[in-house]
Amino acid sequence: MEAAMGLMRRMPPKHVETALSALLSLMPDHSSDLLSQVDQPLQVLCDVDCGKEFILCEYNRDADSYRSPWSNKYHPPLEDGPYPLPELRKLEIEANEVFAIYRDQYYEGGISSVYMWEDENEGFVSCFLIKKDGSKSGQGRRGYLQEGAWDAIHVIEVAPEEEGVAHYCLTSTVMLSLTTNNELSGTFNLSGSIRRQMNMDLSVADGHLCNMGKMIEEMEGKLRNSLDQVYFGKTKEMVCTLRPPSELLQMKLPDS
Amino acid sequence: MYNSRQRMAEEDETQEPELSDKQKKEIAKWFLLNSPAGEIQYVAKDIRSVLNDDNVYNAAASEAFPLYNKSHMMCLKMPGKSEDVLVTSFGEIDENDYLDPRTAQVVTVDHVKQVCTEVRPASDEELPSPYIEDYRCALDAEIMKYVNEAYPKGICSVYCVRGKDVEEPGSDFELVVVISATRHSPQNFCNGSWRSVWNIEFKDEVQIMDVSGIVQVGAHYFEEGNVQLDAKHECKDSTLFQSPDDSAISLTNIIRHQETEYLAALQASYSNLPDTTFKDLRRKLPVTRTLFPWHNTLQFSLTRDITKELGIGK
Repeated sequence: MEAAMGLMRRMPPKHVETALSALLSLMPDHSSDLLSQVDQPLQVLCDVDCGKEFILCEYNRDADSYRSPWSNKYHPPLEDGPYPLPELRKLEIEANEVFAIYRDQYYEGGISSVYMWEDENEGFVSCFLIKKDGSKSGQGRRGYLQEGAWDAIHVIEVAPEEEGVAHYCLTSTVMLSLTTNNELSGTFNLSGSIRRQMNMDLSVADGHLCNMGKMIEEMEGKLRNSLDQVYFGKTKEMVCTLRPPSELLQMKLPDS
Repeated sequence: MYNSRQRMAEEDETQEPELSDKQKKEIAKWFLLNSPAGEIQYVAKDIRSVLNDDNVYNAAASEAFPLYNKSHMMCLKMPGKSEDVLVTSFGEIDENDYLDPRTAQVVTVDHVKQVCTEVRPASDEELPSPYIEDYRCALDAEIMKYVNEAYPKGICSVYCVRGKDVEEPGSDFELVVVISATRHSPQNFCNGSWRSVWNIEFKDEVQIMDVSGIVQVGAHYFEEGNVQLDAKHECKDSTLFQSPDDSAISLTNIIRHQETEYLAALQASYSNLPDTTFKDLRRKLPVTRTLFPWHNTLQFSLTRDITKELGIGK
């Protein structure tokens, strides 16, 4: 498995789906490990009852069916699928509505879904997902990107409250790819994925949704900055190390 | 080989058809060929472990490594000499033998181990005619000067890919300039490569040299994540067909100019990222320039309050 994860860290991020299905066919016995540890771009289905799309993930899946957060029904229909209890389902409905507005404010389009379920320790787990196609043929408002995809998965484990304070553990994964194409710079493609965790103890006075929402917003901001400044920045640094801009050449930099 | 297949068939509980050795080999080749610059040995180790079948691995490696090495312009030390030689398709005599035009030597290479095993002088048939060599050598000298100035650790070579036996003016011929710079810092979780290939067609009848170049830049940063740059640029230019020395100077000027412009365009792409390009994926902040008002979380009134506050119609 370690070797498999090593391979996933080196393969070009835009080929993650091919790489994962190659590994699944080479290591069929490890399929559940691979599926849970390797991040891959999110798939979407249309909820036939309300005509809205919803995102597929392990957390709304049972066998080969997926539960829609809008109608709460499994697609394709299942006799006996698991459902969140009524109280939690109420929170789930509200979360989907609010998150859709959040999503629109930051992503100006895209699709979102939230799934919640009870866990064994009397707490619950919620999963917030966003999928955005930012290409100019998709929902890229300004037409900069020939190809652009942002997939975010936020999983929050909420531990039951003690004295009005609940513990939240957020694990976030962002996968993105962007390609620009023009005369001057040819094809320019940056893609990647990163995963981070954040733990917080917060008062439940404002409600779980508010607490989780704020954590996600903070995390997404950090990840966006990190991707841009650190990760993409490192690749830029590498290019300038390979062939320094002409202004620097005059100073004859020593080999680092 | 037979035993491992038997074992897999027993353990396999699903109805999935089992992969043939050929299919496994193709998959292994795919992983090897898609390794970022400088990382094929790490990928080789991992895929060998996942395959758990050395026969399949060896077959995949023997097919994948030569392709990878040539496409990445692997640079190797010549045994017993101080010079480096580039392994490229332009200098290929046969799969394991490569010509270095500058030193007129032919090296034998072990692709999987990525080392030179032997070196011998090139035969006359393998080298261009003196007429062609004048052009090739003059260009090589100018390009070397340019590469030493512009690239801290660049390697270059000039090959004749067409018309190497042309003895005098009156025929067309074609040279290829190859420039390669790589940086491997696995301890810093960062690797990168710059590869330029410039094709120059010397057209005798119209007395023009047509230049077409492809520059490919790649970088991989993988500390707690996996981010890769994959950039490619193609360009064309032309200039007058002159004497070997004058041609070398004007060709090198074209290459220097185009590559400098491309680097500037790459830097511009990067500086547009945070505020422009990225915005089509996700804004830094909503249009309101404030964080999202989560605090209005009072059951169903939330949606109503938020839409009112943000001034958006339902």
